[in-house]
Amino acid sequence: MGDAIAEAFRLIAVGDAALWEIVSLSLRVSLTAVALACLIGLPLGALLAIARFPGRGALIVATNSLMGLPPVLAGLLVYLLLSRAGPLGPLELLYTPTAMIIAQTVLVTPIIVALSRQVIADMHQEYDEQLRSMGITTTGAVLTLLYDARLSLLTVALAGFGRAAAEVGAVMMVGGNINHVTRVMTTTIALETSKGNLAIAVGLGLVLMLIALTVNGALMALRGTQGVARHV
Amino acid sequence: MSDALVTTGRRALAPARGPDSVLPVAMDRVGYTIDGVTLLDDVSLRIRQGRLTAIMGANGAGKTLCLRLIQGLLHPTAGTLSHASGPVTPTGRRRIAIVFQRPMLLRRSVAGNLRHALKTYGVPRAERAAMLVELLDLAGLRALAQRSARVLSSGEQQRLSIVRALAADPDLLLLDEPTANLDPYATRMIETLIRQAEARGVTVVLVTHDVGQARRLADDVIFLNRGRVTEQTPAGSFFDEPQTAEAAAYLAGRLLL
Repeated sequence: MGDAIAEAFRLIAVGDAALWEIVSLSLRVSLTAVALACLIGLPLGALLAIARFPGRGALIVATNSLMGLPPVLAGLLVYLLLSRAGPLGPLELLYTPTAMIIAQTVLVTPIIVALSRQVIADMHQEYDEQLRSMGITTTGAVLTLLYDARLSLLTVALAGFGRAAAEVGAVMMVGGNINHVTRVMTTTIALETSKGNLAIAVGLGLVLMLIALTVNGALMALRGTQGVARHV
Repeated sequence: MSDALVTTGRRALAPARGPDSVLPVAMDRVGYTIDGVTLLDDVSLRIRQGRLTAIMGANGAGKTLCLRLIQGLLHPTAGTLSHASGPVTPTGRRRIAIVFQRPMLLRRSVAGNLRHALKTYGVPRAERAAMLVELLDLAGLRALAQRSARVLSSGEQQRLSIVRALAADPDLLLLDEPTANLDPYATRMIETLIRQAEARGVTVVLVTHDVGQARRLADDVIFLNRGRVTEQTPAGSFFDEPQTAEAAAYLAGRLLL
């Protein structure tokens, strides 16, 4: 175990090409998925927070429930969509990074919708009367709330990133864990552990933790900056 | 912030507003009932162009509710409320600005709050920068433009709220106890701002418990007691010869039970 950890640090320190290729692909897939999920999820969350329409309650329950969507189920759904016989089969996306991005987007979007809805609903309660008195449009209200809740929404995005980066089942199913093509950190850790190659598994685990720490630290620093007196 | 308008006594006559002005605003036998409780009953009043109207009365008399009805945030459950320009649409509501007792400022800088208001009110982009500076100067907040609005003092927050309301270039400005809990210096700055708003042609309705403030500022007084208008009269008459026992007791500082 000690040897494995020492070897892991060595791989990180020397910038092992294979290791960084996997890290790079992982970040590209997860960050793209989170960005897409935010594009879809933040406006939806805001609308769910402030609009009143029949079925809103059911939609809120559905999105809250989908936060717990099992990754393998999301993977299965995307697999069925992208497989040769599926509706999107002709696009030939299965076993590509794009398929992995789609699968992670499916997993992360409900998290973004549900958490952002709660954040924005709380703020809307505070802002509602003022914004209505200004005669603001619904779109204007949504944009105002999204902007003013930006720091809390960053935390929401971070939760989404955590879900995406740590996920194995869905990307394994639609990506196939193909070396140099769709191999990401989590699938590699699973594979290398099963092969008994603990050094690279531990190394990737450390990188994964380092990324989580860096992102959280950056967010905390940003919150600290915004918390003291100066606002944009 | 210039206080010339205060130190010279009565304000300059407000410039006339255009034919699309919401003024006068009239309530005719308006009532407001919620959950079986009547909060306003048979209220008739008129807000006229260029006259500062003070609405006075004890807590729970319905003063703030009157402002919310005039602004269109709530709708009467009885009687009619009419504006000269016709029914108030959501965007037409901008002609009637309201400043709440507790300022609700966005989580932005002082300038950010004003920029948001100018954009919301449809001020052309090219004019926003100049208007921003003008509003900051009007509020006396230029030096604090980049400060978070939420860390300002109560008086500064209230001044920011008032100039934000003025960014809409409203016909009517509704102020709900703008100087509650403020010291005399902060109160004086708010009153100066009210005078300056009037000088811009804005008609002001002021809810206040401060009898001295009403004496200094009001042209007309509406006195509410338990959801009913008991007096509606020029300010001089109200303070010199209140017509009801409730108003006399209120002015004398006796408890209204």
